[in-house]
Parts: sequence; C-alpha cells; structure tokens
Amino acid sequence: MATADKPKYKVIGTRPVRHDGADKVTGRAKYGADIKLTGMLYGATLRSPHAHAKIKSIDTSKAEALAGVRAVVTSADLPEQGDRIVELGEGAANMRHLTANVLARGKVLYKGHAIAAVAADNIHIAEEAIKLIKVEYELLPPVLDVRKAMSAESPVLNDDIRTESVGSAPASKDSKPTNIAKHFLFEKGDIAAGFAKADVIVEREFDTSMVHQGYIEPHNATVFWNTDGKITVWLSTQGSFSVRQQTAELLKVAISNVKVVPTEIGGGFGGKISVYLPPVAAMLSKKSGRPVKLVMSRTSVFEATGPTPGSHMKVKLGATKDGKLVAGEAWIAFEAGAYTGSPIGPACMCVFACYDLPNGRVEGFDVCVNKPRTNAYRAPGSTHVAFATETLINEICEKIDIDPADFRIKNAAKEGVRRVDGPVYARVGMVETVEAIKNSEHYKAPLEGKHRGRGIASGFWFNCGLKSAASATVNPDGTVSLLEGSTDIGGSRTGIAMQLAEALGITAEEVTPTVGDTDSVGYCDVTGGSRVTFATGIAAIEAAKDIQRQLIARAAMIWDVDASKVSYSDGGLHGPAGKHLSFKEIAAKLHGTGGAVIGRGTSSEATQGGAFGTHCVDVEVDVDLGKVQILRYTAAQDCGTAIHPSYVEGQIQGGAVQGIGWALNEEYWYDEKGEMRNATYLDYRIPTCYDVPMIDTIIVEVPDPQHPYGVRGVGEVPICPPPAAIANAIYDAVGVRMHDLPMSPPKLLAEILKKES
Amino acid sequence: MPRVFIPPPMRSLTEGEEVVEVGGTNLRQVIENLEQRFPGIKERLCQEEEIRPGLAVDIGGSVATLGMLQRTAPDAEIHFLPAIGGG
Repeated sequence: MATADKPKYKVIGTRPVRHDGADKVTGRAKYGADIKLTGMLYGATLRSPHAHAKIKSIDTSKAEALAGVRAVVTSADLPEQGDRIVELGEGAANMRHLTANVLARGKVLYKGHAIAAVAADNIHIAEEAIKLIKVEYELLPPVLDVRKAMSAESPVLNDDIRTESVGSAPASKDSKPTNIAKHFLFEKGDIAAGFAKADVIVEREFDTSMVHQGYIEPHNATVFWNTDGKITVWLSTQGSFSVRQQTAELLKVAISNVKVVPTEIGGGFGGKISVYLPPVAAMLSKKSGRPVKLVMSRTSVFEATGPTPGSHMKVKLGATKDGKLVAGEAWIAFEAGAYTGSPIGPACMCVFACYDLPNGRVEGFDVCVNKPRTNAYRAPGSTHVAFATETLINEICEKIDIDPADFRIKNAAKEGVRRVDGPVYARVGMVETVEAIKNSEHYKAPLEGKHRGRGIASGFWFNCGLKSAASATVNPDGTVSLLEGSTDIGGSRTGIAMQLAEALGITAEEVTPTVGDTDSVGYCDVTGGSRVTFATGIAAIEAAKDIQRQLIARAAMIWDVDASKVSYSDGGLHGPAGKHLSFKEIAAKLHGTGGAVIGRGTSSEATQGGAFGTHCVDVEVDVDLGKVQILRYTAAQDCGTAIHPSYVEGQIQGGAVQGIGWALNEEYWYDEKGEMRNATYLDYRIPTCYDVPMIDTIIVEVPDPQHPYGVRGVGEVPICPPPAAIANAIYDAVGVRMHDLPMSPPKLLAEILKKES
Repeated sequence: MPRVFIPPPMRSLTEGEEVVEVGGTNLRQVIENLEQRFPGIKERLCQEEEIRPGLAVDIGGSVATLGMLQRTAPDAEIHFLPAIGGG
C-alpha cells in the first residue's frame, strides 16, 4: 500500500470479519431464488426464436386451458406508456422502450425477447404451457453489425427513433427514423494545429465484441399483488428504489404501492439495474391472486438481459519525439442493442481521460442493432476506449523509444488538467498509479523466456456520488444497528459500518448493518458507479454525527450542564471537571433519559473526483495455438482511502479478472440469423482459477477531498486496463498488434501466421 | 460571472462562441440569461422547466444534484454533459 500523510484511524484501514460472512459461508444467505411464499406459483417466459420480426398475432388460449395454469400475460396486459422519458436515478429511460423490452409490443428485436409469460402450479406446467402459446411472425432481416446499422440502407429497428445529440435541435417526427439513436461530439483546442505539431502519429481501427457481466446468479423476481393494491417485490438487484420506480412506472401505479425487498445478490456489475421480470410477475400475480416467482435460465440471462455493447472505434494520437501528446481524435460507435442506451456518452468522455491532451476531438454514436438492449458493465464504456487509446500509447512509445511508464507519467492527467469534454480535474492519482507500477518489483523484474512479453496500460472512471440515506439506532448494550438502502454487491455493508464506527469511536463489530427494503429506509440510488462506499458512507457518517449531537444533549442532562460544555470524541462524552461517559455507558442510560437515539444521515451533493488504475501483465504466447497464458499480473489503483483493504483488493482482483476474460475469450457469438450460439457457460468462456495467477494489488491512496475520510470508489476502474495491457504484452511477446477483442486463439493465431508469411 | 461551455451542437445558437459569460446565482438564472442572449437555447437544455433527462450539468467540478436550484459561484465553469451511469 502506497500511502502518504495518512490520518490515524482506528477502524478505517483494518480488516474486520465481514458482517455477512457467517451467512455466506454456511449457505444460509437468502438469494432471490430462495424466496418461497405460501401459495406461490411458478412462472415461465415465452421468448422469441427470431432476432427481428413483426408479431402478427399471439394466441394464448391453449396455454390458458392447460390444467394447473393460473394466469397468462402478454404486453396487452401492461399499460401503454406513450412518449415518456423518465429519470431513474442513474440515467433516464424511454418508457415506451422499457415496457417493450419487458414484453415485446408489435415487434421482436432480438432472439430471446420476451413475448408472453405463464404462472402455474409448478415450473413444469408453466414450461409446458408456454409451448402452447402460438405466435405468428413476419420475419425481418436482422441488423447485427454496428456500421451496417448506421447506413441509410439498413433496416430500421424502431420507427420512433431519430438521432438525438446533447444540445441539438429535436428532430422532426416527420423525419426518417434511424438506428443511430444518439450522437455525441466533444472538442478541445485546435485539432489540426495539434496534429501539425506531432512528430509521430498513429491511427488504428478497433473492434470489440458484446460481452456479458457474467454474474453467477440469474435474474429473479417474486411478486405478490395483494387485494389492497399493495405490490411486494422480492428480488436480487443493484437498486431496490430503482426497481420500485421502474415497476411503478411500468404498471402505472403509485410508487407508494410498491415495496421492494432486496435479497442477497450473486453479482451484478451493472447488469442488475434494469427490470425485466418484476412487472411481468406482478401482472401474473394480479391475474392469479397468488404470489408468482420468475427465475431466468442462464441462456435467457445471456440472450435477454443487458450485456455491454460491441463497438467499432477509430482512434488517432499524435506526439512529439520528446514524448509529449499533442492531439487525439476518436470516432466511436457502440451497439446499443434493441433500444437506445449504450454507454457511448461516458466512453467519449473516457477515451482520453488519462492524459493531459491539449487538442482533442471525440465523436460517438449509439446505434440500435438486433441484439439485447445493452446495459452498464463496470466503468461502462471505459474499457472499450482504454483498449484503443492505451494500445496506441504503447505504439507511440515504441516509435519514439520511450519507456511506456515514463510516457504515461509525463502526459498524465492531474489536478487542473481540462478533459476533452470540458471539466477540470480536482486532485487525482493517475501519476501515482503509474509510478506505483514503475516502482513495483514486477515492473523491475526481468522477464525471460521465448514468446513472453510484458505490457502496461491505464484506465479511468468518474465514480458517481448521487443520493444515499442511512439511519442508525443506539442499542442499550452500546452497539449500533445500522440501516441503509444500498444493496451490497461488494462488501459495502461492512465498509459503511466501518465508517459509522470510525465516526463514533467504536469497533466495526459493534455495528450491525442491515440493507433495508424500500419502506424501511430513506431513498438510495443504485449500487453502481462505484458510489456506495463513498456516498452511503457519507450518509452513515452524517448519521453518526446526528447520534453524537443527541448523546451530547443526553450527557448534558445527566450532568446538569449546558450542552455547549459537552463534547464527543474518542468514543465517549467529555464534560466539565473531567466528567466522562463512554459510548457504552451512555447507551445504557438512554431509556431513562428520553428513550431511543436514532441518527439519520443523507448524502446528495458530494461528487467524486474520479479514479485511475495502472496494470502490468506478463504473458506467454503459444505461437502454435494462439493461446495466451497470463504469467504474472499486478494492478495499482488509487482508492483514495482504503476503508477495508481486503475488499479493495478483492474489487481490484475481480475487476482485473473480468477484464482478462474480456481481453482473451469472452464474446457473444452470433450467427447470420442473429442467434447467439454460445449462450451457456460451457461455451461462453469466463476465466477460472486455472486461467489466471494471483492478481497482485498495489493500493495507492490519494484521498478524495470530497469525502470526510478521502474515499474513492474502487469497483470499476480495474476492468479498464486489462485488454490493452494484455494486447501490449502480446506485442512484446510475438510482435503482433491486436486491435480486435477478444484476442482469442483463432484471431491471435491468424495474426501470427500473417506476420510470419 | 459563471462561464458556460457551449456543447458543439449548440454553437449554431451562439454564433460559434464556445464559452460565454452570463450572470446568475443559480442554474435557473444562468439558463434564463442564456436564453435572453441566445433564443432557443433553453429548449435544448430543459424540459418542463427542468434539465432534460439524460443530461448532466457539471458546475465547478461537481455534478449538479439540485437541478435548476443548484447555486452557481461567480467564477464557476458550467458544462452540459451526458449523464453517467455506472456498473
């Protein structure tokens, strides 16, 4: 851990046993699929076998007549949404598209698109019933390539989409619909003058395939629509309040009529924010009068949830021979999937974000294709563009013969640097992460052996702030029950509890954190954007301060002094003439001094300063097979202040491994009809412990001044550098530059053979 | 006065100006004053008197969480950007 002038904390920086540890290791933790309710029905979903087709008719009569079937729903059972754009906390959604994605309306836009659902006495009857639903289709040609989808000759998926651009005039509804849903343009300086100053210019085209977040737990939802109109949803999600709002909007019921109870979650990484099942299960429950559970199969998770887009990019960089970047230009097209919403905006903002680039131009396009509607995945959009930019950076370094770490340090983004999209950085730690790698034992160690190579790359993510709330109740035995609304996908409940404990001067074990349902705790935005340890942590610290204020009043009452004479520090109260009460002692006196002490805290205004990571990897290439073996991997990341270093290391390691999978193997394989041919974990190859070595981590701590303890989010940055770092290592090993993800054995072997011939 | 960075697609409304200085102590006032100088600009930024969904406003390095009520310091830079989600 690289740390400078770190304040002395008692709890922060320690490694207490996680509060959910016992339940997790004994298998008692309840996940969405574990929910069982009295009288519960089981649901199954009919999905489209076609990638692009009009639905001419749906006949559910035979399914409804099957013994044991209690309800059947189609899109006709969901309210019309019209042209509504709704802000959902972490992004806006077109409700017409959202409802059509939940149950297809008029058209199916990807293989696996949900069309109808059945609730029955058991899953076998439900699955039999969906086979009895007759759908008549008119097949349409699938649009699978992002560049072809942008052409004027391409079939158009959605007749209500016109190209939108930030700040552009709205397109006339009479204009021709298009697959290009959004267009972004950012400019800084004088791009032509910048490139004119360059001694070396490199320009390459890059492609990346659609990849999935690969969470182990499939999507699920159990819903009961009670006769009083109250709807309860049990599910695993990254945002219970977002599910509440999406469900209420899609069903057109009052938000107060929907209660979402989050279960434990078996991974999300951005893919468990949009709703797919809750509105369907709700309508089945309303029709049947019984609770209904829906659980996706693995194939449905692949085919019908929200992976991250494939992309095509052209990126150009110019530098002087003494190693100074002078200009950069990027053209980026992302597959949105069936409906608009790819992370093309942040991709445009991230493409040059690691560097102090005086002249830049970035143009981006969000393009609809006949694939599932894409969604967030760890640092959405940033990994794609890091692959392009960081590969070019190393190519420039080779051409001007400069160490790639030194080049990055020389050009690194730092406080006061203006990004191409406009804003100016506050204190950030890009330089420190590169220096950490440059000074690491790994980077200094010789790498010997045939076909072995080393590569480095950096990455950036903004990290969000958004809104969080927490409350904390002091118990008579001197412990605290913490209630917060951020679903815990990476150990956040312990990280938040540790911040509350630090603020109160008690131990992490003396805080019991609980993730509450939407009726029990104040509003929290989604667990995403690497925001929870930052923002919900602030809310918990505010709750601790509220407790301190109340305890000061109680102590003043006990000591019969003015409250201004009492202070709270070091886990206790201090009054005149050496009077002192520990937290435990005052907690024992609460019942006789006014009852419960409940602290409340919120966070809404804090914005994170952004985080950087730099990775170093050694690979060995089997030149006969094109297979890449990761020999050694070190990841350095600025995490501001590491609240629980084990969790920080885990996040860095997990992100790096997902990035390695994205780099080497993972991809959606589509045939010409638009059918994904590898929609199981047997064929969609995520890395296992046999594929990766231990990921060594270097925690760099450049505290974020916008958090009381200096926290920066950790979860997203580590997925950004791996593809480029590995591409650079492959080049170092065998002299082949890869511009296409994944760098799977067939692709790499083809490039090796091309070079040899 | 706050300095407003005009996104490239909107510069046709500002006669090509990339950065303009307009008065206002909160975002609502800034946008109203922008509209006075460059008619039509408010419609591009707002919907029903609020910032358009999908649009984020960076004021002095922080994302505005209070929408049109967000205070704008006299020397603040204001940027209109795509709203960012996360994974």
